[in-house]
Amino acid sequence: MRTTVLIIGGGVTGAGLARDLALRGVACVLVDKQDVNAGASGGNHGLLHSGARYVGSDPLAARECREEGEILRRIAPHCVEDTGGLFVAVSGDDEAYVADFPDLCAKSGIAASRLDVKTARDMEPALSDRLIAAYAVADASVDPFKLSLDNIGQAMAHGARFLPWTQVVGFRLDAGRIRAATLRDAATGREYELEVSLVINAAGAWAGRVAALAGPHVDLVFSKGTLLVTQSRITDRVINRLRPATDADILVPGGTVSILGTTSVRIPDPDDCRPSIAEVDQIIDEGAAMVPELNSTRYIRAYSGVRPLFGKTSAGSGDRAVSRGFALLDHARDGVENFVTITGGKLTTYRLMAEKAANLVCAKLGVDAPCLTAATVMPPYAGGRWTEPGLAPKKWLKATDPTDTILCECEMVSKSVVDDIVRTMPAASPGTTLLSIGLRSRIGKGPCQGGFCSIRVAGHLYDTEVVRGDQGLHEIRRFLDERWRGVHPILFDFPLMQAEFQEAVHCGLFGLELVPEDDAWKEDA
Amino acid sequence: MTAPAPPRHDVDLMVIGTGLAGMAAAAFALRRGLSVALAGAPGESLFASGLLDLLAVHPVKDRRLWDDPFAALAALAADEPDHPYAKLSRPGIEAAFAAFTDFLAGIGLDYHGHDGKNALVLTPVGTVKHTYRVPAGMWAADHGIRRTPPALIVDFEGFKGFSSAQIAQTAGVFWPGLAHVRLPFPGGLPAPYPEPMALALESPKYREELARALSPHLRGREMVGFPAVLGVYRTRETLAALTGLLGMPVFEIPTIPPAVTGIRLKAAFEEAMARMGAATFFQKLVLGVRAGSGGFACDVGWNAPEAEVRARGAILATGRFFGKGLAPHRKGVIEAVFGLPVVQPASRSKWHAERMFDPAGHAVNRAGLATDGRFRPLGSDGQPAFDSLYAVGSILAGHDWTRQKCGAGLALATAYAAVEDFAGRR
Repeated sequence: MRTTVLIIGGGVTGAGLARDLALRGVACVLVDKQDVNAGASGGNHGLLHSGARYVGSDPLAARECREEGEILRRIAPHCVEDTGGLFVAVSGDDEAYVADFPDLCAKSGIAASRLDVKTARDMEPALSDRLIAAYAVADASVDPFKLSLDNIGQAMAHGARFLPWTQVVGFRLDAGRIRAATLRDAATGREYELEVSLVINAAGAWAGRVAALAGPHVDLVFSKGTLLVTQSRITDRVINRLRPATDADILVPGGTVSILGTTSVRIPDPDDCRPSIAEVDQIIDEGAAMVPELNSTRYIRAYSGVRPLFGKTSAGSGDRAVSRGFALLDHARDGVENFVTITGGKLTTYRLMAEKAANLVCAKLGVDAPCLTAATVMPPYAGGRWTEPGLAPKKWLKATDPTDTILCECEMVSKSVVDDIVRTMPAASPGTTLLSIGLRSRIGKGPCQGGFCSIRVAGHLYDTEVVRGDQGLHEIRRFLDERWRGVHPILFDFPLMQAEFQEAVHCGLFGLELVPEDDAWKEDA
Repeated sequence: MTAPAPPRHDVDLMVIGTGLAGMAAAAFALRRGLSVALAGAPGESLFASGLLDLLAVHPVKDRRLWDDPFAALAALAADEPDHPYAKLSRPGIEAAFAAFTDFLAGIGLDYHGHDGKNALVLTPVGTVKHTYRVPAGMWAADHGIRRTPPALIVDFEGFKGFSSAQIAQTAGVFWPGLAHVRLPFPGGLPAPYPEPMALALESPKYREELARALSPHLRGREMVGFPAVLGVYRTRETLAALTGLLGMPVFEIPTIPPAVTGIRLKAAFEEAMARMGAATFFQKLVLGVRAGSGGFACDVGWNAPEAEVRARGAILATGRFFGKGLAPHRKGVIEAVFGLPVVQPASRSKWHAERMFDPAGHAVNRAGLATDGRFRPLGSDGQPAFDSLYAVGSILAGHDWTRQKCGAGLALATAYAAVEDFAGRR
């Protein structure tokens, strides 16, 4: 096998790069050791920043956010829910910061209009009665999965290839150049070579490990951010705490839920990124200062993303002050001519990062095609559309087909939607089918957290001969173990009752915990 | 103006909770000639598979399965002295099972099993479950799993969460002669949920139509497996008739809850309680309890007290988290009716393992009430909280019923021991 550019990492940066290069006519292959958005791209608020968050700390980032937000609304309006946002301060917050805020916004060209407290609370009744200031800004929410899948979809339409569950395990170098990458199919363990002209490492928090395979050292530290998903949508708009950025100060509505976060905890290993119970308690206590009902609302799950921060800093609490900007490294300076690393950055400015990286790549390849990503509309990709809350039920209600049984009752996902996802997703390896379907739909994301729908979807996959033998047991177990990561830290009150019931079915009745692990379908270490 | 006082009932024993443990306690007490009042929300029984487990796995972290539940019990009692089973004897457990299956047979629900050996049933994901006593409709599966004759698994178009292809493929690993077929449900009825199907199959017309549709698929087959929809109220007759029509053994496979197996238990039990003269408060809760020297005064109702029950003794059979006997708040687990101390891990961070299917299970599932040797829950001073209050079933500390496969046995045997103790005090 051969390609011009190998892109490592199926997060939004890698997906954006695939689209950028494909639109310029450069052949590329995108690989990920898991699936789309397995790292930081899948572990964030899904917030399209107006830029107001950064006016105090990083005016350039603020300006970039504003510009990129406008571009994304233009090229991919279907990925964006234009909610608008509020910045609010409560009594006790830093009044000097509140006073400076409008001027700082003006300097970065970011529109922020002052609201009186009563108006803000009329707009968002869930806000605390201890509000002292409020500003309206142009924040929005964005579906990061749809965004990545749409980027990949358009890249594929222009000839790019996407290989999920494919890990780069080595490079063949010769005379200071990478000649080929060794790829391993994560499920079967099969290894094969892909010959390349250039490799771009967009592996996010794992970029250091990938770089080391070719020799160069990339100095990263890892900051874990944890978020909570509520069962219902608490506010219509994005709510930001009007204070210097700290923990648990943003609440983002997304479809039928709200997302509260985040924390910033230094971790030694990006694979060791799980939400902790202490973080959950802290997020709830902090968030409730802005929106009191966060104290009593029901949570569906927690999740964490790991931010790769470039350049070691003195250990400790200063990670928010470390630039959340991105690093673009040309490893020619390390003696590997055709190897580039890009890491860090924000979801909102992913396109700009991809553009800058692709510019470097094209310069090195001698390609002079211009970047088209800001001007080219990005159509919804068939394989990405089912991540949107409410779309599957809408389709089901409209079709009124009595044979199209609902498999996921929480999110109303029917057989025909599952069939559509199976048809359009890249071939899944045995053991990852259910996970891959879950990633491309709302399945498993409702209150049952996979307890029922995993069984129904597995049954349907047998009926349609997608799954055979006793593979379904491993599919269900792996899917539920993945959901468990997010449920585990919020297991109190109703979610714990739900989890006990799930255990009664999956362990008490099915005995799934007794099924021996099958080596072929084991999680990668 | 004052509201009229709610009606008052005086009984020997108040049973709080209508899951399997509460059902068993009430049935055992009535059998002993005690007068009984019973209150509870529909309870976990609606979600029951109908299978009566005794003990199949020990130690859970080694995932060791046992054929002989009593041998497992001896090992468990030695290894886990705080397990409720460690307070019980084999004759007492056998007597509890015998008394309860007798009671069930009396209300039309026959159970089978081996002497001193676990039985095997097929589950809806195609795994094999080890259990102790099985409903008559599932009994033929034990023979099928052990001998693996050529068999057919049937499912119905539109019936969710039950795939005969899945069962045949998964169980096919050890049972190679399994075929599967999907049929429209007789009469063209839409069939997303099991209860209407089970009711329909109580009628000869639908059974005959089903048998006709199946006949082309039966050549070379020696037994047929169905989802557990062979009747709700008339399971004996439905099973016998279908076996006759098909000319071969028939077995049911449990379906994912809420299932007909739970509805059967609940319906038959409620009818029996009324017939046997228990004062029943179904869909009601015990809202408050006052303890006095002569026993308990319980306010029973939904939002407000609708009746007062005075009882010499009480059995707490409210279950765990799903049953609402234990309330798992962010800061700790609380016992819901009496506020009894709950044995529990030191903090929430110790409640669950990081993996759902961690072989060792989750620590919070062993939280619950500590009791004395007579199943009287302990107060904060380590002494029985009340002289005549018992706690039975899954609310007890020290077990992991979903992993050990001991939920029903625990319910029956502890209810039996508590009732015997209370009855012996008269």
